[in-house]
Amino acid sequence: MFTRDRRTRGDVLFDRLNVVMMLIICFVTLYPIWYVLVNSFNDGTDAMTRGLIYWIPRKFSLENYEIVFSNAGIMTAMGVTVAKTLIGTVIHVFFTAMVAYALSRRELLFRKGYMIMGTITLFFSAPLIPNYLWLRDLGLLDTFGVYIYPAMFSFFDLIIFLTFFREIPDGLEEAAKIDGANDFSIFVRIVLPVSLPVVATISLFHGVWQWNDYFVGVLYTNSDSLQPIQTFLYRVIAQSSSNQIVGATGGAINRTVTSQSIKLATMVITTVPIIVAYPFLQRYFVKGLMIGSLKG
Amino acid sequence: MEANAEVQVPTRKPDNRNRTSLLRKFYGQRYLQVMALLGVAWMLLFHYAPMYGIVIAFKEYIGIGEIKNAPWAGWGHFQAIFEDEMMLKVIRNTLGISLLKLIIGFPIPILFALFLNELRSLRFNRIVQTITYLPHFLSWVILGGILISWLSDVGVVNDVLMGLGLIKEPIFYLSEPQYFWGIVIASDIWKEFGWSAIIYIAAIASISPELYEAATIDGAGRFQRMRYVTVPCIKGTISILFILSVGSILNSNFDQILVLKNQVNESMSSVIDIYVYEIGIKQGRFSYSAAVGLVKGVIALFLLLLANSFSKRMNQSSLF
Repeated sequence: MFTRDRRTRGDVLFDRLNVVMMLIICFVTLYPIWYVLVNSFNDGTDAMTRGLIYWIPRKFSLENYEIVFSNAGIMTAMGVTVAKTLIGTVIHVFFTAMVAYALSRRELLFRKGYMIMGTITLFFSAPLIPNYLWLRDLGLLDTFGVYIYPAMFSFFDLIIFLTFFREIPDGLEEAAKIDGANDFSIFVRIVLPVSLPVVATISLFHGVWQWNDYFVGVLYTNSDSLQPIQTFLYRVIAQSSSNQIVGATGGAINRTVTSQSIKLATMVITTVPIIVAYPFLQRYFVKGLMIGSLKG
Repeated sequence: MEANAEVQVPTRKPDNRNRTSLLRKFYGQRYLQVMALLGVAWMLLFHYAPMYGIVIAFKEYIGIGEIKNAPWAGWGHFQAIFEDEMMLKVIRNTLGISLLKLIIGFPIPILFALFLNELRSLRFNRIVQTITYLPHFLSWVILGGILISWLSDVGVVNDVLMGLGLIKEPIFYLSEPQYFWGIVIASDIWKEFGWSAIIYIAAIASISPELYEAATIDGAGRFQRMRYVTVPCIKGTISILFILSVGSILNSNFDQILVLKNQVNESMSSVIDIYVYEIGIKQGRFSYSAAVGLVKGVIALFLLLLANSFSKRMNQSSLF
């Protein structure tokens, strides 16, 4: 932060201890993730019979992954997750930004009423059961739409968009208006393109949520063809319904995989997209968090 | 801003002319209105409409047929809450886990941010931040999977402890209720401490370096600068975040606990949200679980308002 001219012996000791402590913290944070990665690349039966593997694969094997990638159930679940993340995020961001843009215009009639209505949604919402019954009555249970429609709008995200849209100079919109553009096309053609940072932030927020969420799948879907990968993993891990995984091994006893090693490989491929997106996540999430906290 | 000019037209005109000008204005901004009203429609359909279902807390609804045809039950379900023996455990678990998370988990990100700030190498500082934020982005299913495998009888924890000779027999951590709170609290801290520190890191970064220089000239050492410069400067941030977490004390981490709980550790792992889910969705006691959910919602809202007004009085900063 700033230069300290006189470093006493105590200071030097403190600095060293501090670095060591931080290194330990980093190790504790990363090691569990490393452990999963190492074990997913190791022969499953080897891990089971010869004890745990801590540092690097003892008997390298790609078979866990071969089985995961050739398993129709896991691949369907992966497909559901990819689809709901992409579609859900695009719709959520476009819809929320659109409403936010309308509410950012001060001349909008009844603006205050709309804002109050939205603010209330931050503090009251229907409890779990009434919500479940309502989605059931709407016919959304066990449909792909249950991942998309109930999540396509969030007033919290709207506030973040709103804060950003207020900063856009009016001149841009005025010029388009003189050219005869309507408000919707101003939003699509002018406002959205100049708002890329906030669009990226909200997309990542929502994308990570969609990717990681397992509870919507647990609660609202029954059929295997509709469960996202996280829900699949939840059922396998927490409810130990290992039949799904045993089914995945194809009953092949002479193979070198175990249900545990397949679980680990599935966990890794579920996490890879998050790790790949992580540099962006870190950048934009921190930014988004700041906007959100300034607001709050 | 032609539309704004219109608002300032004196309102002493006859009523119907006023109305036509309002209509004309509304028509003039019809695109904007449609955009806003779509949002309103979403809120009505997915946020306000389900609230009607809360009435089942006052009815005998068994899950089939229309809610409005179900017979009324009055306050029966609310009385039943007081006679439900499970409720005591559920409340104890919810408050116990939340309070311990608060007491243990709240200071850690602050300390972490303070010590991170003392690192001399900015680059190392960045690297540590990048690493410690990572678990925040992983789902509880993945982390729960790691925990379950580590804590099993043949898992890493038992292997290491037995290797060190600290225990003789493997312990089934997730099957013994007395370990559950510890596991939940420790793993939650592990996942979130880095991420929770961001706000403090930002607050510390905005402190003027002159303050530190002045303190150094006055002969303040490392810890004195931390104690008398950094901490006072981020006090406001600390108190807002503290109040926020007190306000949400009834929200236990549903995602996390649902993954880690099982039938054996139920006595220590059942919290309000989980209980509502299990009796409602799994056992089909819709009306009773809606009553429990409603009571929780009302108390939680009250806590939030209380926390907010407290915050207003304490440091003129509030959420709303």
